[in-house]
Amino acid sequence: MTRALFLLPLLLFAVVAGYFFTALRPSHDTRELPSALLDKPAPAFDLAGLGSDKRLTLDGLKGRPSVINFFASWCAPCRIEHPVLMRLAKQDKVAIYGISYKDKSEASTNFLTTLGDPYRQVGLDPDGRTGLNFGVYGVPETYVLDGNGVIRKRFVGPLSAEAVDRELLPLLKKLGAS
Amino acid sequence: MITEIGHFSLVLALFVALAQASVPLVGAARRNLGWMEVGRSCALMQFVLIGLAMLALMHAYMGSDFSVINVAANSHTDKPLLYKITGVWGNHEGSMLLWVFMLSLCSAAVALFSSNLPPALRARVLAVQGMIAIGFLLFILFTSNPFLRTFPPPPNGNGLNPVLQDPGLAFHPPFLYLGYVGFSVAFAFAVAALIDGRVDAAWARWVRPWTLASWCALTIGIAMGSWWAYYTLGWGGWWFWDPVENASLMPWLAGTALIHSSIVVEKRDTLKSWTILLAIMTFSLSLVGTFLVRSGVLTSVHSFASDPARGTFILLLLIAAIGGSLTLYAIRAPALKGGGLFAPISREGSLVLNNVLLSCGCATVFLGTLYPLFLDAMGGPKLSVGFPFFNRTFVPMMVPMIIALGVGPLLAWKRGDLIGALQRLWVAYIITGLVLLVAFYVTNGGPVLAVLGLGLAAWLAVAVLTELADRLKLFRIPFNDSVKRAVNLPRAAYGMSLAHFGLAVSVAGFSASAWDREAIEIVPIGGSVALAGYELRLDSVDRVPGSNFIADQATVRVTSGGAPVALMHPSRRFFTLQKQTTSETAIRTNLLSDLYVALGESDTAGNWTLRVYWKPLVPWIWIGCVIMAAGGMVSLSDRRWRVGVARKTRVAPGAVPVAGE
Repeated sequence: MTRALFLLPLLLFAVVAGYFFTALRPSHDTRELPSALLDKPAPAFDLAGLGSDKRLTLDGLKGRPSVINFFASWCAPCRIEHPVLMRLAKQDKVAIYGISYKDKSEASTNFLTTLGDPYRQVGLDPDGRTGLNFGVYGVPETYVLDGNGVIRKRFVGPLSAEAVDRELLPLLKKLGAS
Repeated sequence: MITEIGHFSLVLALFVALAQASVPLVGAARRNLGWMEVGRSCALMQFVLIGLAMLALMHAYMGSDFSVINVAANSHTDKPLLYKITGVWGNHEGSMLLWVFMLSLCSAAVALFSSNLPPALRARVLAVQGMIAIGFLLFILFTSNPFLRTFPPPPNGNGLNPVLQDPGLAFHPPFLYLGYVGFSVAFAFAVAALIDGRVDAAWARWVRPWTLASWCALTIGIAMGSWWAYYTLGWGGWWFWDPVENASLMPWLAGTALIHSSIVVEKRDTLKSWTILLAIMTFSLSLVGTFLVRSGVLTSVHSFASDPARGTFILLLLIAAIGGSLTLYAIRAPALKGGGLFAPISREGSLVLNNVLLSCGCATVFLGTLYPLFLDAMGGPKLSVGFPFFNRTFVPMMVPMIIALGVGPLLAWKRGDLIGALQRLWVAYIITGLVLLVAFYVTNGGPVLAVLGLGLAAWLAVAVLTELADRLKLFRIPFNDSVKRAVNLPRAAYGMSLAHFGLAVSVAGFSASAWDREAIEIVPIGGSVALAGYELRLDSVDRVPGSNFIADQATVRVTSGGAPVALMHPSRRFFTLQKQTTSETAIRTNLLSDLYVALGESDTAGNWTLRVYWKPLVPWIWIGCVIMAAGGMVSLSDRRWRVGVARKTRVAPGAVPVAGE
């Protein structure tokens, strides 16, 4: 019994190592974590708006392709990603909607007034429920929805300028965003 | 030519490492002293060879030799000399070279300063160090060689990432690596003890200084990284629970636990197999940290090179090192016999509690860093992790630890008197109560958790002082006798008090961040911002040329109630080569609070965004870390560690010095 106890660290390590191996599979690109919801309709949401009475709802997004970005003021990578979003917003090719994830509304307002606001509209998800429905497991995460509200692409982690140019913009073109 | 010499010495170092890993081990098994001693000369040789490789790469950087791919990719002729040198480790290949250099430094130190070690133990320790060196040298030579050439050489280099061009970050990696790699010594000692099948008080006494030294380096390294983030990222945050930060925090937590559990092994000859496991885990977590950062398994903003091929290599290395040592542990550790028994309420008991809480904290950070991806790999439910997760799990675990930390040192070995200890802490109750009341009153019922945090810091600080006063019997015996006791008190005792006091200072710094005030305003030249009793007037913004950037430098006049306080110069630097802007914040500190000004963007009308923060007690975070590291250093200077040497040189019987407490 006690002997088995001494084996425990080794077994735990075996599990971790096994997991690392699967994570390193060439097919398993962490930046492109497949979403279980890929090519499925996005989960419906109805969120209080930040700085306005207008609510952010899934139905409100439909009709045109859109980009949904989950962010939080406490998240350092979001600040790294932020200039990329600002640039994308300036190009005016697609509407970017922000969902402030597990954050206080004042903190989000502060974040956006400090750094600039790339979002057409921001919804508040203080308890992370909408994030949970989307399968967000860390901020920032970005989703591309087509005009019917179907998730076409998911970006985990900060969006890079290259990812925008090489993947996001071509995809939007295909989806027919103006 | 010099580059090739560096390359060649690195290859040579690999062969020396092969000898270092095998010959002394065989020698130790066959009790052949000559073979065992090979380990020492190999370790010194390795240090010279890898040092040469390091210097060669530095030479290539200083001379801007762009025929070396690594230099071309990371340097530039316009870069200031300091950053040309520190640029050596500002990239993946160079930082791995720094890693093995630190490893060879540690091995050489073991070879030089271990005359009091039994030769077989020393031989095994050096052999294990050699094995680690083989792994990393192979990794460098096959997947991340910094000495590769290119022809024709590019006319100029790509330059260093502007964010890294900063004194704080330039010296952060050496400290961090010294800490990570220093734990390899404790690891090597643990593996050697497992091979040997014997762990005793003497073993713990040999391991402890190495662990302490690496712990100090890691503490400084982490503090520097956090301080850098604070003053460069431009919004005053100092810890983000980013995977890369967590990767350095985990070995720190495990190392802290190790320092404490090895005390128990040393003094009471028990907790042996746990201490061995901690030594293995601490270094393993350093390796895992390296793996996480280098392999791209986790996406993080800091990781400069992620490449699956390298990841696979490091993973194999991890499996060999961690898997191998844990297998050895599973086979040998059950045979390690525990010594002294102790009651739950005792110094040992409190150290066990410390270990349990620190290990749980470490496990929490580990889970928080990896769990999201773990669940996904198994197709489980989704979970999100971030600041809120760590604040809800890690922080509550550290609260009981700090409360217990106040009492633990007052308990006696074997069986402590909890009631007596609690009675001796009466001053701490009063002062903690006062601090709580004052904090609550001043902040007008502000964030409750922060008030409690401040109370916790006060509790710990006063408890530490109480314990010290108790040892000196201050106010209970004549003052002169107390002074005498103070002189005779072992340095380790002062080290402990200092380190614990440092923690209290840091805790106060962490807690007070809840009272930060900030103002973000768009002001014209001549306009001003008011915050926390200060008036900040934007006098001018001038364009100033720099070495490889152009800066917009603001002059901000700070006054308080009309009286001048300071001129501050926050600036924005535009790096022409990389087309990247960095923000240079201006910070004025009076050690009680920081006034922090960052210059934002300007609009077309010539107005500038000014971000001003007032951060009470924030400098204490890093002051506390420095005090903690200083405590480690003082403890390191305790004569107890030198006792073994003295014993060997002094042959006269009866002259055996008595170890401090």
